[in-house]
Amino acid sequence: MTTVIAKPEGLLYQGADWDYDKIKRVYDAIDTIASKEMGLSTYPNQIEVITAEQMLDAYSSIGMPLMYKHWSFGKHFARDEMLYRKGLRGLAYEIVINSSPCISYIMEENTMTMQTLVIAHAAFGHNHFFKNNQLFLQWTDAEGILDYLEFAKSFISQCEDRYGLPAVERVLDAAHAIMNQGVHKYPKKRPLDLRLEQKRERERQEYQEQTFNDLWRTVPKPTGSRQGSRSASERRKLLGLPEENLLYFLEKKAPRLEHWQRELLRIVRHIAQYFYPQKQTKLMNEGCATYTHYTIMNRLHEKGMIDEGAMLEFLHSHTSVVFQPEFDDPRFSGINPYALGFAMMQDIQRICENPTDEDRQWFPDIAGRGDGMGALREAWANYRDESFVLQYLSPHLIRKLKLFSVRDDSEDPYLLVDTIHNERGYRQIRRMLARQYDLGYLEPDIQVVDVDLAGDRKLILNHRVTNGVLLDEADAKAVLRHIANLWGYEVQLVEVSSVSEAVLKEHAVTAPSAALT
Amino acid sequence: MNIIDRRLNPQGKSLANRQRFLRRAKEQVVKAVREASGKRGIQDIESGDKISISTGGVREPSLHRAGSGGVRDYVVPGNKQYVEGDTIPRPEQGGGRGNEGSPDGDGEDDFRFVLSREEFLDIFLEDLELPDLVKQKVKQSESHSLTRAGYSVSGSPANLNLVRTMRNSLSRRIALKRPKASEMTELEEEIAALEESGADPDRLQELRHALERHVFRARRIPFIDPIDVRYNRFETVPKPIAQAVMFCLMDVSGSMTEHMKDLAKRFFMLLYLFLKRRYRSVDIVFIRHTHEAKEVDEETFFYSTETGGTVVSTALEEMKRIVAERYPDNEWNIYAAQASDGDNMSSDNARSAALLRDQILPLCQYFAYIEVAAEHNMGLSALGRETELWRTYKLVQRPDLPLAMRRVRSRREIFPVFRDLFAREKAGA
Repeated sequence: MTTVIAKPEGLLYQGADWDYDKIKRVYDAIDTIASKEMGLSTYPNQIEVITAEQMLDAYSSIGMPLMYKHWSFGKHFARDEMLYRKGLRGLAYEIVINSSPCISYIMEENTMTMQTLVIAHAAFGHNHFFKNNQLFLQWTDAEGILDYLEFAKSFISQCEDRYGLPAVERVLDAAHAIMNQGVHKYPKKRPLDLRLEQKRERERQEYQEQTFNDLWRTVPKPTGSRQGSRSASERRKLLGLPEENLLYFLEKKAPRLEHWQRELLRIVRHIAQYFYPQKQTKLMNEGCATYTHYTIMNRLHEKGMIDEGAMLEFLHSHTSVVFQPEFDDPRFSGINPYALGFAMMQDIQRICENPTDEDRQWFPDIAGRGDGMGALREAWANYRDESFVLQYLSPHLIRKLKLFSVRDDSEDPYLLVDTIHNERGYRQIRRMLARQYDLGYLEPDIQVVDVDLAGDRKLILNHRVTNGVLLDEADAKAVLRHIANLWGYEVQLVEVSSVSEAVLKEHAVTAPSAALT
Repeated sequence: MNIIDRRLNPQGKSLANRQRFLRRAKEQVVKAVREASGKRGIQDIESGDKISISTGGVREPSLHRAGSGGVRDYVVPGNKQYVEGDTIPRPEQGGGRGNEGSPDGDGEDDFRFVLSREEFLDIFLEDLELPDLVKQKVKQSESHSLTRAGYSVSGSPANLNLVRTMRNSLSRRIALKRPKASEMTELEEEIAALEESGADPDRLQELRHALERHVFRARRIPFIDPIDVRYNRFETVPKPIAQAVMFCLMDVSGSMTEHMKDLAKRFFMLLYLFLKRRYRSVDIVFIRHTHEAKEVDEETFFYSTETGGTVVSTALEEMKRIVAERYPDNEWNIYAAQASDGDNMSSDNARSAALLRDQILPLCQYFAYIEVAAEHNMGLSALGRETELWRTYKLVQRPDLPLAMRRVRSRREIFPVFRDLFAREKAGA
């Protein structure tokens, strides 16, 4: 690097304007603090400067730099654009992508202080989390994702050329509808290698083309009463039922799909899987990034590298990010993950460095161990939101936030305050808050339970109802229609109480009138 | 660390997605545009606008829990007065209390977004068609454009097609068995090795001969022969520019109220907008008439008042004169729209009809007669009292003549009448 690095005591920059030299200087200063003092380890960074319109673009394609084409992205773009233009909603300051190198987008209209904050937040905070958190390591392939998306994009546009837009759209619509039900929740034997995925698909296609023999068409089919005699349990076992990954099941077992349609389902499934860890770690991820930028900015200030003005600007935007309105505030819309995450991280640091007797009793393993950063790094590596809250939410913080739990039973005419921030309530509040972050609990438990391939081929899904909360009927019906489009035959969804096994409700859609192609 | 400036990257990455979305939501968008255009003035029609459509066709459903029913627990911050066992009256809506359901598209009845001007007009004027588009004249002073037209064996070096050339060269070299450079170097190396070692002079001799033959052959068979060379070929194609002229004829005598003029103006503007999208250049001629007709500019046409009697034939005469003077009908597509309240001097009726039938209509692609009426006297027209001019034109009207007549009473009717006049004929109808 040819630029002269400012003296450690000197200011890194002054004023609001940014240029590449300043960004480089700031990056290096932050890098020193992050890796030497905080012990963060990150993927190599790539910082990309973009305009507001490009930011909107990135928004609409779920934050990825490249994405296949689908009308729903256009819809999101249209809405975001309108909200932005009318000034109803600001844009995010940054978007960061879990890939190696880790790409962070920063907006051109940010001030230099905002760029510094964003670099600390995204390029170090999020980046460290992506690289070290167990979930991401287990589930995502940071090196392969961009190449895979490139492949997905070109594969889908090839399909559009070959089979026509409407046909491709129909499959993608259906796949998107069950995207949430398209993830494997338990780890496989080996981590996913997305590069290999591409190669496999290419090879599969080549093999099929090479070994194509029209004669097979003429081979008489077995007259097959063989299958019908199988018992129901044997049948289910052969199909790998019950199966909770609907996309996977349809991709492998739907009888009337073409090869390319299965590949589309596979692409959507891989993307869903890629985002699955992000959904489970929103609180921690944002908390980690917020804690990181807060620590780094303060250190920069302590070292005299940024001036008071910059610090005030930083504090202003930091406090608005971690602002948590109370439940009766009109601005309240759930618990702010930035606020809770940041508060918990700070609390952990406090417990490590300044524990009270209560902390020693609740957290004997970390209370007073002194090394707050170390404890945080362990937490960032090994937990997801649910387990993190369950493990680390302290009575101190419950009191500080004045958390209380409300029970809403539709049979009662009122809401009941169940527990509050007192001795009796801590554990229960902690358990219930943790459950609010448990995807396995938040998302309805839906499984494919049976299908008679030899008979009418009706696909039967089960929704195991907890606490008597049924599915949204209109949406369920629409999704079933999509599933039927993929499956090709009748589809039925039965809502079963998980307590009494009683059938609470049934939805069914008939077979689609025409095959998908 | 890399910093990359992406600001100059091509914009509009999401255009394809937007088009897909608009196509998807077509039905609703078209409906919304029709509604919106009914409500607002013609002047604003050209600007894009926010429209809202129902989420029906563009809903993205997912399996998620319903917003109400069952037992739910929420943990929320900010307790001030509650203790365990307190009850809170149920708020009006169940949602908004830390409900972690899928937020996307949920509880959203309308989807609002902004259509650009182009998109708006496209949809607005969709499935309207100009009658008799056949006469798209190619003017003499027409521009030409180049289009690719295969390959040729001659051309300028700038148009050299490398891929084709090298392909030909390669196949020729293979066919004529030109020795490869690698083979020759191999031979040379072997010769050099043998010369150095001095062993096996016979073999050396043989190799030297072989090399000689190779060199000879390589010289005879060039790497690239003139017959290999191919150039991209371009052809000039004349580009037709369709041009149209639109005649606006209006009665400005005292009996025409402001309201009527406003209606006429709206109709003319729609027609202009429509023509502009179909033809690259559209001329407009404004002719107003009382008992005498005059060509005027737009401002005068719509806003200055004039008094006098009403003689329609003068306007037709004037139009005929202008066409003969400036717009030869073999070069121009001629459209005319006449707006009037239907008054005419009774002595002029026969003359107008004859002019229209024999002189004007043969020139025109389309002649639209719009009879504007005061909004409040709906009763009279509804009873079927036909005006002088209406009766006159009615006599002229024949299925094979491009004459269309409509009555308009209020602003709301303008667009439907316009659509009615230009709606694309259904196949086979």
